[in-house]
Amino acid sequence: MNGFLDYYNFKPVAEWIHSSLCGVMPEGLALFLEGLVVAVVIILLYAILAIALIYMERKVCAFFQCRLGPMRVGKWGLLQVFADVFKILIKEIIKLKNSDHFLYELAPYLVILASILTFSCLPWHNGMGIIDFNIGIFFVLAVSSIEVVGILLAGWSSNSKYTLIGAMRSGAMMISYELSLGMAMLAMVALSGTMSISGIVESQADGWNIFKGHIPAWIAFIVYLIAGNAEANRGPFDLAEAEQELTAGYHTEYSGMHFGFFYLAEYLNLFIVSGIAATVFLGGWMPLHIAGLDAFNQVMDYIPGVVWFFGKAFLIVFLLMWIKWTFPRLRIDQILTLEWKYLIPICLFNLLLMVVLKVYGLVF
Amino acid sequence: MNSFAKYISGMMGGIKSLLIGMRTSIRVFFRKKITEQYPENRATLYISERYRGRLVMPHDENNQHNCIACGLCQMACPNGTIKVTAGKQELEDGKTKRYLVKYEYDLGSCLFCQLCVNACPHDAIKFVNDFENAVFTRSKLLLQLNHEGSSCKK
Repeated sequence: MNGFLDYYNFKPVAEWIHSSLCGVMPEGLALFLEGLVVAVVIILLYAILAIALIYMERKVCAFFQCRLGPMRVGKWGLLQVFADVFKILIKEIIKLKNSDHFLYELAPYLVILASILTFSCLPWHNGMGIIDFNIGIFFVLAVSSIEVVGILLAGWSSNSKYTLIGAMRSGAMMISYELSLGMAMLAMVALSGTMSISGIVESQADGWNIFKGHIPAWIAFIVYLIAGNAEANRGPFDLAEAEQELTAGYHTEYSGMHFGFFYLAEYLNLFIVSGIAATVFLGGWMPLHIAGLDAFNQVMDYIPGVVWFFGKAFLIVFLLMWIKWTFPRLRIDQILTLEWKYLIPICLFNLLLMVVLKVYGLVF
Repeated sequence: MNSFAKYISGMMGGIKSLLIGMRTSIRVFFRKKITEQYPENRATLYISERYRGRLVMPHDENNQHNCIACGLCQMACPNGTIKVTAGKQELEDGKTKRYLVKYEYDLGSCLFCQLCVNACPHDAIKFVNDFENAVFTRSKLLLQLNHEGSSCKK
């Protein structure tokens, strides 16, 4: 249909690489090599994004508190996070005497695994989705739940009261909020008519879901942001690692890179929540299209999809940071009240509304 | 009001107060930042005049100060920070007059209470806002406030 979208399409390049590799080696080896390259790229991107997000968090937090944030290490403190990451890398990983060693060392890997698996589902660019199949959204929700296991294991195996309380709170919260997260997604799946991530993005070529689905889409968007914030264990839902009461919550006893994994996963979960929100509600890599304005759509197509994706994702990251640095932490009973007495009824009503609107053709 | 109306109005009230909070915080976000980048901003640094950084004895252009060596500041000081050494001088009319020989001040034990300044009947000493007082040895904190060869104003 429109030339520039196809011009930026990555799929032909990927297919060309695959066919030329298959020309010189068996297909299994070619697939293995491609998988290896993609894995390295994903992990690198993961680390770089974590650094960018930590820097952004520190700066945005500082600005919300009328401070400047890191300013000394490098220009505007740009090298501060690199220094911190290097410090974490060279620190010792402590083995606790009375901890359950196997589970204690397994937990950070579970958390980071869930995070990376979800991370690779994001639609970076036209034809650049890494894990992309017909139940993509379902897969995202499923693998992001592995994180709860990691957090509960970390809290239990550390053999400390702080970690256990933190993990129990976190478990109760994350399992509850997955419901409204899933139902907000379900409303959007009902709107798009597909669960595949690339399908959802392509269905937004004539307008993003948040405009197409109007009222129920906005409700789902807000509910998703609240539930996603809770899933990412971030304030105002950060009672799992409530610094003032629990020192650091479930990762109190971790040190070195094992702590680093929790820390990375926390920040990347923020990005993943934002990326999924950008995909489902704001069209993923799809440029801003307004049905009918072809000239405008053409201009928007000149901006590559990856720019659109990161722009939208970081916009939502900023929104979530804004929320985090504005509101005080909720108590566990308040968090569960919010979920079970407010978000779930709203989600159920919203799902019904969306389906009714969709059936009667009242969405765009 | 039935409970369902209460539920809805409570939720709306909550959303409204959350939005007010977000409006407040985004205003702070764009406000001018208050962080002082200290060693770099020395030229533009503003320290209040009232700030008590260090005790000084002002001298005028003739190297004269107001101190009559009465020792009230030394008596007022709760820490024994000030030591006034006075000399005695015979005047023509036969009276003796105290004059200041040495005014020693230990910055290391001063608690900046300003009792000495308040006790002084002649405004001979005052606090200035010079706060960069760090040195490497304690002996450098022992200051002599009267300048070499200074005398009291007539």
